[in-house]
Amino acid sequence: MKRHTLLAAILTMAATTLNADVIAPSDVVMNEYGDISESLTGEGGNPERGIEVMTDRGLGNCIACHQVTALEEFQFHGEVGPSLDGVGSRWDAAALRGIVVNAKNAFPDSVMPSFYRVDGFIRPGDGYTGRAIEGPISPILSAQDVEDIVAYLQTLTD
Amino acid sequence: MVTIKKNRLGLMGGAAVAALAFAGTAMADIGDNESLVVNGEIEMVIETDPPEHLQGVFDRIYSGWVFRSDETQAMQADDFENPGMIFADQAREAFDTVMGSEGNSCATCHENPESLADVRSTYPVWDEEHGTVQTVELQVNECMTERMGAEPYGYDSQEMRNMSALISSVGRGRIINVAMDGPAQETWEQGREIYYTRYGLLELSCANCHEQNYGNNIRADHLSQGQINAFPAYRLRNAQLNSVHGRFRGCIRDTRAETFAVGSPEFVALELYVATRGNGLTVEGPSIRN
Ligand code: HEC
Ligand code: HEC
Repeated sequence: MKRHTLLAAILTMAATTLNADVIAPSDVVMNEYGDISESLTGEGGNPERGIEVMTDRGLGNCIACHQVTALEEFQFHGEVGPSLDGVGSRWDAAALRGIVVNAKNAFPDSVMPSFYRVDGFIRPGDGYTGRAIEGPISPILSAQDVEDIVAYLQTLTD
Repeated sequence: MVTIKKNRLGLMGGAAVAALAFAGTAMADIGDNESLVVNGEIEMVIETDPPEHLQGVFDRIYSGWVFRSDETQAMQADDFENPGMIFADQAREAFDTVMGSEGNSCATCHENPESLADVRSTYPVWDEEHGTVQTVELQVNECMTERMGAEPYGYDSQEMRNMSALISSVGRGRIINVAMDGPAQETWEQGREIYYTRYGLLELSCANCHEQNYGNNIRADHLSQGQINAFPAYRLRNAQLNSVHGRFRGCIRDTRAETFAVGSPEFVALELYVATRGNGLTVEGPSIRN
């Protein structure tokens, strides 16, 4: 598996829009448990950048709901979801990718949002403006964001 | 289930439950050993048994006051510390001021604000004459336009929030008893539908946060049951009174959804429904929130 690090981080935006290998939200293939075995970018993610996506309020904001001991330097971890400590030992990459893409496949009716989905929403809004979204809906996270998170979650082993 | 009793007594016993890790929704310790008595005389019901329609959903219902920090709680216990009361007092002046073409003030028909002490605890309420559910704000505007010949206040305007604070303040301590049956039932059901709908890109319903997760932190916020008995609320964050519909709009916006408008039929229905989730608590507005 190739792993661009710094360069990948810088080129994220360009990569997700230009890279023909990126799997679009509507083309994602998952098995009956919601696992997604293929990387959404065709490449491995960058765990360092995964930290940024997990903690940034405008991106994944995962710690709004999840406690992660390794991310203690970032303030205010939520209690809505389970702690993600050791999650890389509980799930493999395909399962983790499936949970981040659409947690409702693994956990029916889960409170957890679907981060790589573009349809089925009720009154979708334009960011945090409270106004209706105009034009096509982009997923909350890009394919690269998801891969970077998956790469980071795999480092959270017991 | 974790049950850790807080050992400090009384008002300053505080809602410092944030540090506890809860599994599931039922939390026996929230609110234990706490009481809210405003100005040393108005006793509030800050927790009680749920109304019939929520039995099986909640073991107990709690005022949002329970979930706030000791400092914020203390501010609400004393009108001299409560900035919301300044706005209520401003509305006292408006109450006595002649507005509109008919030469009337609110006081022409209602003598004084205290004569409206039973309003907040029973609204929203079915209005026979108009065949619709009315909030306090809609009722105020009905008086302004139909009885005083005045321009209506903006639904979420400063004047309206002040007047709403005044009408709440004179009803403080009364037990909320909002009707959900009879002609209001259809609107109530519409409100319930909205409450359980998962809006926006984050697909979160009111219930996801305030029913399934009260007592838990979501990032830096300590989730309450989302009750409206304490509105309008003076928020330290924006240093002004916040209306019920303003709060609804903020919560829905935070799910990355297109919100409903303040004063819209959807928010009136939602207000009716949420109000009945608090039947049994007491009127607390204007309250203090972070
Ligand atoms: C609004 C709340 C919320 C947000 C935001 C959220 N999650 Fe979750 N997550 C949950 C809940 C609740 C569960 C437990 C599954 C269930 O029963 O619904 C969960 C489960 C998980 C699990 C499985 C944990 C285990 O031990 O089995 C993983 C992995 C996970 N989330 C990762 C993430 C990542 C990564 C993000 C951000 C990109 C995220 N979550 C954002 C609520 C959330
Ligand atoms: C993403 C989570 C989330 C969702 C979804 C949500 N809220 Fe809230 N709500 C909050 C937070 C955080 C606060 C501030 C802390 C508190 O009081 O719970 C809050 C506060 C409130 C309050 C103020 C309570 C008080 O005593 O000050 C009300 C009322 C309320 N919400 C109603 C609603 C309603 C009705 C809905 C659905 C239309 C809703 N909320 C959806 C997170 C949410």
